[in-house]
Amino acid sequence: MRGLRLSVNNLACDRGERRIFEGVSFTLQPSEALVITGRNGAGKSSLLDILAGRLHPAAGAILFSEAGERTLAECLHYVGHRDALKAALTAEENLAFARDFLGNPALKPGEALDAVGLAHAARLPVAYLSAGQRRRVALARLLVAKRPLWLLDEPTSALDTASQETLRLLLESHRENGGMIAATTHSPLFLTDAKEIRIERSPSAAILPGDGA
Amino acid sequence: MIRSFRALLIRDLKLAARVGGSGVMGLIFFLMIVTLIPFALGPDLNLLSRIGPAILWIAALLATLIGLDRLFQADQEDGSLDLLRLSPAPLEIVVLAKVVAYWLVTGLPLAVAAPFLGLLVALSPEGMLAMVATLLVGTPALTFVGAVGAALTSSLRRGGLILAILVLPFMIPTLIFGVSAANAALGGTIPFATPFLILIALSLIAAVVGTVGAAAALRSGE
Repeated sequence: MRGLRLSVNNLACDRGERRIFEGVSFTLQPSEALVITGRNGAGKSSLLDILAGRLHPAAGAILFSEAGERTLAECLHYVGHRDALKAALTAEENLAFARDFLGNPALKPGEALDAVGLAHAARLPVAYLSAGQRRRVALARLLVAKRPLWLLDEPTSALDTASQETLRLLLESHRENGGMIAATTHSPLFLTDAKEIRIERSPSAAILPGDGA
Repeated sequence: MIRSFRALLIRDLKLAARVGGSGVMGLIFFLMIVTLIPFALGPDLNLLSRIGPAILWIAALLATLIGLDRLFQADQEDGSLDLLRLSPAPLEIVVLAKVVAYWLVTGLPLAVAAPFLGLLVALSPEGMLAMVATLLVGTPALTFVGAVGAALTSSLRRGGLILAILVLPFMIPTLIFGVSAANAALGGTIPFATPFLILIALSLIAAVVGTVGAAAALRSGE
């Protein structure tokens, strides 16, 4: 994992022919964390979507170096607004699938659930869990497969204070092991020495002539 | 790569069994259509046994179509598709695993159930055997062709109808050769092997084109 480096240069994003943001640049190295802030609709999630390979950037470049033959998508975990959990499967089955599917297995599903304080819910179908509990199962997915870069979209949403603290400890221990984190957030994550970038609506979009909005 | 394929295949089979998913529904739908036809046509056994293969094939085609819109849409809605994109295996392998799982819970049961439903349309024993054989090698073609449509419509809220309109024309060749192979087994001038081999070829072509096409559609989607 040493020597990995993610550099983003002058990234711009278009959604439906509207420029959402442009000129976003940052670099991430092992043990670094990036906190992405900005107003609602500023394009924080779109930035993570671009990094995760779901959206194509309108301009700019993403360089991921020293990863060997692995692509960026194979080196990252993504936890977004939708938890990517199958409601009909139990928490344990969801994690077991992620562990086998993503490769580089790390913790066993039971251990990962224990780490987020949900060991008692392992055999419950995810459909029976509350929003916060589902979010914790989704976060436990970070632990079942070893991947250096974690992309988190509003990781604290729906979490209670105790779980937010658990999450903070998980993030810090990932960084201690040389991991990288990029997270969008509205509430502070209390990470030590985290870089921060603020995404602003690009000015050209705001003054687009004839823009009814 | 094999690990990812197997993990996804097992997950989809579990889901199909758990939700009482599209497999059972497709089979019941198949049974319904085949049961309705004799009521509509009346008890003319000669007529029924002559058009029996065609009825079974059209019913199988519709039954394949009925759950197809959920193939990628369900994963799209709960965010699982984003997880599947992070696979160490290419997206084609992901598509292949999902389609194989879908075929195992819809196409395979249809082929296995064909002899019992053949009774309803007065098929002869050879006819039933031919139906099993043609459905077994023909339904994969339907599923793979349908997968491209399912991938294209995965982000549409009510994609089911558009899906049917998109893929039905491409299912016509499979239908033609499936029915003609089954009819050839019941007697006629052409040997059984000719349309049957073409049917196999169609399935193999669809397996390649469908997998690559569906993966491309998922990549470009969103």
